[in-house]
Amino acid sequence: MPIEYYTFLCCIIFGIGVIGVLTRRNAIIIFMCIELMLNAVNLLLVSFSKMHYAKAVAAGSADVLTAASEGQLFVFFIMVVAAVEVSVGLAIIVMMYRNTHNVDINFLNRLKN
Amino acid sequence: MTQYAWLIPALPLAGFLINGLLSGRLSKMMSGIIGSGTVLASFVLSVMVFFQMNGQTEVVTLFDFIKAGNINIPFSIQFDPLSSLFLLIITGVGFLIHVYSTSYMHEESDFHFARYFSYLNLFVFSMLLLVMGGNYVIMFIGWEGVGLCSYLLIGYWFKNTEYNKAANKAFIMNRIGDLGVLLAVFWMLQKFGTVTFAGDAGVLAQAAKLAVNDPALVGITLLLFIGATGKSAQIPLFTWLPDAMAGPTPVSALIHAATMVTAGIYMIARSNIMYTLAETTSGVIAIIGLATAIVAATIALKQNDIKKVLAYSTVSQLGFMFLALGVGSYVGAVFHVMTHAFFKALLFLGAGSVIHGTHHEQDMRTYGGLRKMMPVTHITMLVGCLAIAGIPGFSGFFSKDEILMGAFARNPIYYYLGLGAALMTAFYMFRLYAMTFMGSYRGDEHHHPHESPAAMTIPLIVLAILAFAGGFIGIPELFVHNGHKLATFLAPVFEKSTQINAIAHPHNISHTQEWILMGVSTVLIIVMIFFAIKKFGGYTRTDAEETGLGKVLANKWYVDELYDTIIVKPVMWIGNVFATTIEKSGIDKGVNGVGKSVQYLSRQFRLIQSGNIGNYIMMMVVAIVGFIWIVYYLKM
Amino acid sequence: MLVLLFILIPLLAGLGLFFTNGSGMAKTISLIASLLVLGVVWYAMYLPDTNELVQYSRVWLGSLGSNFDLKMDGVGKITTLLTAVSFPLVFLATWRNDYKDANQYYALMMLTQAGLMGVFLATDAMLFYFFWELALIPTYFLCSKWGGDKRIAVSFKFFIYTFLGSLLMLIGIIYVYFKTPDQSFAWSSFIQADLTPTEQAWFFWFFFIAFAIKMPIFPLHTWQPDLYQQAPTGTTMILSGVMVKMGLFAIIRWLLPIFPDMSAQMATPIIILCLVGMVYASLIAIKQDDIKRLIAYSSIAHIGLMCAALFVNNASGYDGAVIQLFNHGVNIIGLWIVVDVIERQTGISKMSELGGLAQQAPVMAVLLVITALANIALPLTNAFVGEFLMFNGLFTYNPWLALLAGTGIIFAAVYTLGMIQKVFFGAKNELIKVTDVKFAEIAALAIIVVFIVWIGLYPAPFFKLGAGELAEMVTAKLPG
Repeated sequence: MPIEYYTFLCCIIFGIGVIGVLTRRNAIIIFMCIELMLNAVNLLLVSFSKMHYAKAVAAGSADVLTAASEGQLFVFFIMVVAAVEVSVGLAIIVMMYRNTHNVDINFLNRLKN
Repeated sequence: MTQYAWLIPALPLAGFLINGLLSGRLSKMMSGIIGSGTVLASFVLSVMVFFQMNGQTEVVTLFDFIKAGNINIPFSIQFDPLSSLFLLIITGVGFLIHVYSTSYMHEESDFHFARYFSYLNLFVFSMLLLVMGGNYVIMFIGWEGVGLCSYLLIGYWFKNTEYNKAANKAFIMNRIGDLGVLLAVFWMLQKFGTVTFAGDAGVLAQAAKLAVNDPALVGITLLLFIGATGKSAQIPLFTWLPDAMAGPTPVSALIHAATMVTAGIYMIARSNIMYTLAETTSGVIAIIGLATAIVAATIALKQNDIKKVLAYSTVSQLGFMFLALGVGSYVGAVFHVMTHAFFKALLFLGAGSVIHGTHHEQDMRTYGGLRKMMPVTHITMLVGCLAIAGIPGFSGFFSKDEILMGAFARNPIYYYLGLGAALMTAFYMFRLYAMTFMGSYRGDEHHHPHESPAAMTIPLIVLAILAFAGGFIGIPELFVHNGHKLATFLAPVFEKSTQINAIAHPHNISHTQEWILMGVSTVLIIVMIFFAIKKFGGYTRTDAEETGLGKVLANKWYVDELYDTIIVKPVMWIGNVFATTIEKSGIDKGVNGVGKSVQYLSRQFRLIQSGNIGNYIMMMVVAIVGFIWIVYYLKM
Repeated sequence: MLVLLFILIPLLAGLGLFFTNGSGMAKTISLIASLLVLGVVWYAMYLPDTNELVQYSRVWLGSLGSNFDLKMDGVGKITTLLTAVSFPLVFLATWRNDYKDANQYYALMMLTQAGLMGVFLATDAMLFYFFWELALIPTYFLCSKWGGDKRIAVSFKFFIYTFLGSLLMLIGIIYVYFKTPDQSFAWSSFIQADLTPTEQAWFFWFFFIAFAIKMPIFPLHTWQPDLYQQAPTGTTMILSGVMVKMGLFAIIRWLLPIFPDMSAQMATPIIILCLVGMVYASLIAIKQDDIKRLIAYSSIAHIGLMCAALFVNNASGYDGAVIQLFNHGVNIIGLWIVVDVIERQTGISKMSELGGLAQQAPVMAVLLVITALANIALPLTNAFVGEFLMFNGLFTYNPWLALLAGTGIIFAAVYTLGMIQKVFFGAKNELIKVTDVKFAEIAALAIIVVFIVWIGLYPAPFFKLGAGELAEMVTAKLPG
């Protein structure tokens, strides 16, 4: 399948994520949208990685392994970071809910003034 | 002798310092002795200098005053016949007035008495510096110094706001004139590179080499003359002098009659060669002098305050002196300075004696019949009046005659107008005499006018003798061959001017003509005197308002009002506009406006920080998309 | 080495004062420290310019090419002496004033002195800028903490104004630095900077505006009357007596040598601006009712004349302005001392509410009259010597400009005499109780009077101080 298919799909998922973050007020949903964006990027990385691998094989390049693994390595990194983020983020949301009985982020405008 | 000459001004300065620094701690007796004694000592020294004078100019340089860049102005003093004559007048008349003051000011407290004498001594110092200065800058120091003392003494009774205003007016008007002198000094520095009077490299010697009516010379002389109009109360800067009568009467006698106001004449006489060559300026001086003589005389006709009459009379006489300077009769001007110092000091001190005797009353309408109550004052005042009117034999006759003859030689119209002013002089002086001494006493019955003490009458008598006899040092050629001792004495100072004038304006009055002119003027003056005595001898008080021309004269031609309208008010108005409109609503508002607009902008920017996370993220996204688009666009 | 003491003594005294307590102690320490500075400065006055003691050099920001270079020469001697003389005078004259947190007040005053000394001694542009700011900041705190009712707004305005100027100057300094032949901030390199005419035109104005704000020159002056009115009088004395001289000094030290051609080209507009400002300020002074504002406008007028005289391209104007730096400083401090005495006792600074004080305080009246006469440049006072030379310089440049400036001296007489009359003369005002000046104030005013008469009669020693390498260079670079 041509690479464009993957990129378009990723753009769409990423766009959904962005729009979700911008429009929704529920912290949990915003969080899920952020995950959506991260995963869009992961998907993109993997697909490019695959593409570079195929190109390297076709060209008979020496460092086929590097071309195959670099993008996927990043994906693992991102997944780890996302996991950490989820745990910290959820903890914050839970704390917020305990304090305000609400997960509406517009409620959190104390930085103003 | 001349190496000690710096003592002449230094002694009054010492008197000023002693009286000034120890004011209040000295008894009146001591203050008076220090004040008068230092001036007497200066007088003695001046007499010694005078008798050693042989027509030479001697310059003594004391130290460097301003020496910077290419400017070198030494602090030097100079002696020549002109300055030695002025030294005598200043210290002589000054001493008499100091003695007179010890009695006149006796009612003052110790502190103010000492203050008065310290001012007087400071004045004498400044005046001596003025006439002894070896260059224009040292002269200018004295010139402003006398203005300062005049200011201090006019406002001597400082509790009275009117007096203070008069003092301020005098100082400021003088300042306008002083600016002229200052600019002239700069011009001289530029043109001649020096301001020293004497010597081959001096200003006067260099100026003598210039052509007639050289533009720079005309400019310099006109600027100097502006200074002279300020100091010597000529049109247009004359209105301060009558107001200056707010000061104690001896001050009026010393500063505003005998000495300070003649500084302008001294300066022009000192620079005579420049004025002889600058014929345009000389013409201006003659016309201004004549105009002042006439205008002031007309005002004096209608004044009722005895000091105001004398003040306008002084302005008028100064006008005569300037007329003399303008027509090149320098000796006549200096001669008149001298005789005027005698008889005007006498008249002022006499008026002071009358004021003292009538318990500080200055309105002549309340006088009358004082000749019996104040005999010494009466006789001496009469001598003064005769002298100023120009009765033959009295000093004023000789000097005034010389001026009028000089004016006739230059232009007969000057003579006729000058004679008119002289006739008015005779009239108003005898109006003053008749209103004060003749008839019967019109004042408050409870006040009994009394003769003044000896400390006041003795100076009067000495001055009366001088006012009578002072003219004999300048007897015209007409009467006695070589009788004009003063002209001979002053000849070295005016040598070059005399030579130039002898060629440019030959003296062409025959003796017959001179006899006729003199006779006619004398007869007319005597007629005027009789007329005045007849009209005012039996003066009874009427409070009728003056009408027509009389009202205009009584209100001094409305000159003060005119100046107020065309100068003072506009300046104040501009100041007000600057202070309120331009400063407050203009510049300051502009500056504050910058601050305000910054604050406004910051308030607007602050609105963006809504605190709404969604907004922030939205902005972030928009910005990111924007950046990407820019990068993409740039790549294309 | 000795010059370092000029800065170190007040700096250490100032820092030390923060850790002391009590007003008496603070007064004593600062008076002693300032007298010590005066002693050292006075001694240094007798040393020749080339003496090792009046120079100091040490690497400072070496990688930038900036050294800690101090040197006392020519005009710097005059201003240094003025700084050294004014602080003891101010402390003496305000001895009877009590300030809240006196130790901080005096500490900041001493820091100001350190900054001022640095400005007048620095021969390195970066160092100069550093001290320029160091002198500004303590004054800001002095005004905003010990000033009058509107102190905050007014000191803020002052700070912004001068800071804006400083920034322009900083840009100028950095730009010129890159154009110096050896990439150095040293004065000697700056004057060799290779600038095109366009650059000269731009950066001349950058520097000039910075200095003009400090002086101040019309129309950049509006911070001054407000500040003088609001600042504590002791600070006002320093502000008007010494601080405004920073601008004039900087013109002599930096502007004229760095931009000689542009200074000559721009002379006419600048002189006209200065003189218009002079007449403008004089006319406003006539209409003022507050003594403090009157003196402020009078100062603007005088400074305008001095600035004009620096641009007239001749030695007479230059010499006059240099000696006037000192004269104006001591004279205006004298005026402020009297204002301070009156205000401390009555709380009034409006002339319409005062009057007749001469009867209650004759000694003060006499001393004020002498200082006021010096303010209007009467002969035999110090200001006459300076103004005579400045006017002569102006006259040589253009007689009509001298005439314009001359109207200023007439107006000066009007407002100064008006002030004397309204405050001291006239009928006694029963509502106002004033006691005469006491020893401390008499001593301070007497010293000022001594300077007035000394320079007025025999100015030669001060001309000698002002002369020197810098003066020769500046006047030599001036065409004609």
